[in-house]
Amino acid sequence: MKNCEYQQIDLRALRTSTTRTSTNKNSQRVRRKWEVFPGKNRFYCDGRIMLARQCGVLPLTIVLIFITSGLFFRFDCPFLVHQLTVFIPVIGGVLFLFVVITLLQTSFTDPGILPRALPDEAADIEKQIDNSGSSTYRPPPRTKEILINNQVVKLKYCSTCKMFRPPRTSHCSLCDNCVERFDHHCPWVGNCVGKRNYRFFYAFIVSLSFLTSFIFGCVITHLTLRSQSVNGIIQAIKESPASVVEVVICFFSIWSILGLSGFHTYLVASNLTTNEDIKGSWSSKRGEESGNPYTYNNIFTNCCVVLCGPMQPSLIDRRGFLPPDDTPPIVTSDTELPHFMAKNDTNMCTQSTKELLESVAHSTMIQSTCTPGTPKTTPVSQESLLSTVSITVSPSSKSPSTGCSGRQARRPIDVPCSQRGSKQAALHTHKTMLRVSSPPYSLGHSPIILSDAPNMGFIPLN
Amino acid sequence: MATEFHNLQELRHSASLANKVFIQRDYTDGTVCKFQTKFPSELDSRIERTLFEDTVKTLNNYYAEAEKIGGQSYLEGCLACLTVYLIFLCIETRYEKVLKKISRYIQEQNEKVYAPRGLLITDPIERGMRVIEISVYEDRGSSGSSSGSSTTSSSGR
Repeated sequence: MKNCEYQQIDLRALRTSTTRTSTNKNSQRVRRKWEVFPGKNRFYCDGRIMLARQCGVLPLTIVLIFITSGLFFRFDCPFLVHQLTVFIPVIGGVLFLFVVITLLQTSFTDPGILPRALPDEAADIEKQIDNSGSSTYRPPPRTKEILINNQVVKLKYCSTCKMFRPPRTSHCSLCDNCVERFDHHCPWVGNCVGKRNYRFFYAFIVSLSFLTSFIFGCVITHLTLRSQSVNGIIQAIKESPASVVEVVICFFSIWSILGLSGFHTYLVASNLTTNEDIKGSWSSKRGEESGNPYTYNNIFTNCCVVLCGPMQPSLIDRRGFLPPDDTPPIVTSDTELPHFMAKNDTNMCTQSTKELLESVAHSTMIQSTCTPGTPKTTPVSQESLLSTVSITVSPSSKSPSTGCSGRQARRPIDVPCSQRGSKQAALHTHKTMLRVSSPPYSLGHSPIILSDAPNMGFIPLN
Repeated sequence: MATEFHNLQELRHSASLANKVFIQRDYTDGTVCKFQTKFPSELDSRIERTLFEDTVKTLNNYYAEAEKIGGQSYLEGCLACLTVYLIFLCIETRYEKVLKKISRYIQEQNEKVYAPRGLLITDPIERGMRVIEISVYEDRGSSGSSSGSSTTSSSGR
């Protein structure tokens, strides 16, 4: 059995080391994790609000909504209040507020972005994948088949995020993130629609369809009543030209918005995503009986689950703090450093241990195994495995991102995300290769040496 | 960094990270958060199987409780819908409450069960709920200068 002794990890001692390091931090500016987030996102209010980098036509959406509603309240409401009832602007106001709030929530909420895998985790996954080729051989795209509710589902490997995507997760090429329960990337709201903001998005399109229908109806009523009083539609239009603008905007919006609402109501009732519906993931292909494994086979239950289900908090810790800036990037690239840091409000135990890990990782040490009997994977081969696999990363399957309007809903745009992933992997490999030196490896019980030599690197074991 | 070195060297045990074991997700029940209870071979000599399985099963139960679809979650969802989801800015959702419970549980497990065996569990929320990361620490053997902590000898395994 083992000859070495295991010592208790002294959590109190680890905690004191943390407090000592954190006082050093205060002397320099601490950065938050959102500042080094690897995806293509923009952050405002110190990480509280996030948007996709390509915010698309979100400004146009906001302008259209505000202009139409503004014209309605300014030109149509006075007449209608006088002729009909005061509730018209009240209802209009409530709908307008609903629309604006849900739009902002859809745009500014994290849609369910999955943080990228850390190097250790990525290496562990790579180890599990059978890689039996030379460095010039490109392995086929990696998939893993699992059973969900007795149905075979394929999980694909994401080369950018370096992990097997959970079911219903897709990589958005515009945002360069894997998003859970990915529906589509909506240019109108300037963000992906995924697990966490789908209910906001649905509420937005439903309330917007009510608002446009309401404004359209009111404006038509207004013009009709006015034309009766001035004996001519042309005269009525001359008296209230803004109404024509509203009619035009509403007329063209209603078709697409109502169509989209109807389409998403169908998706909600059958617990599908736009992505799955377009790809035909669960339609009966090849004559096989393959239904949606996630449905509860009950429209009411599906609706409740999708719209009123539990709200998972954001997995990317935007406002957490990064480790001090003076840590030299020895093994990993800068973008992966923040993942080592724990959240400030989680237990001190893991946080302090992480810092211990960090300091150990950035120090120089030669690790050895403690088991004379069983040879572990040698560090040299581990390194070569990493480099081989990283270089020969295969292009993962393309991820469709669709437009948002109902008319365009059937035209996916395929953008491969593999090129970016390959470049990042090559960069990691380059950095790793420069700094790694092969340590003297022995099967014996050799001590761990802590030295100050800066040009030796730390090889991550697994 | 030199300051941290001296702190490290002052720590009597100077436990070094030897390995990391990743417990992957179990998707057989759908997209609910559940981890595989299969005992990894790397931990074979470090911890008893039952203790490990208990930990993972308890964590799975906690996650199931967080994601449970029932009366309370519907109430929360409907209330949120009526307030145009502004209520999420004010109150802590049930999910967040359960995540805090999970955090405390993991800390307690680490202190009582895993740290004495040279292991450390990382809260899955820090890994995007993808894996339970268990860090395996190896000790270099004979202790250096002591600073008060006790040594556990597990050579009897």
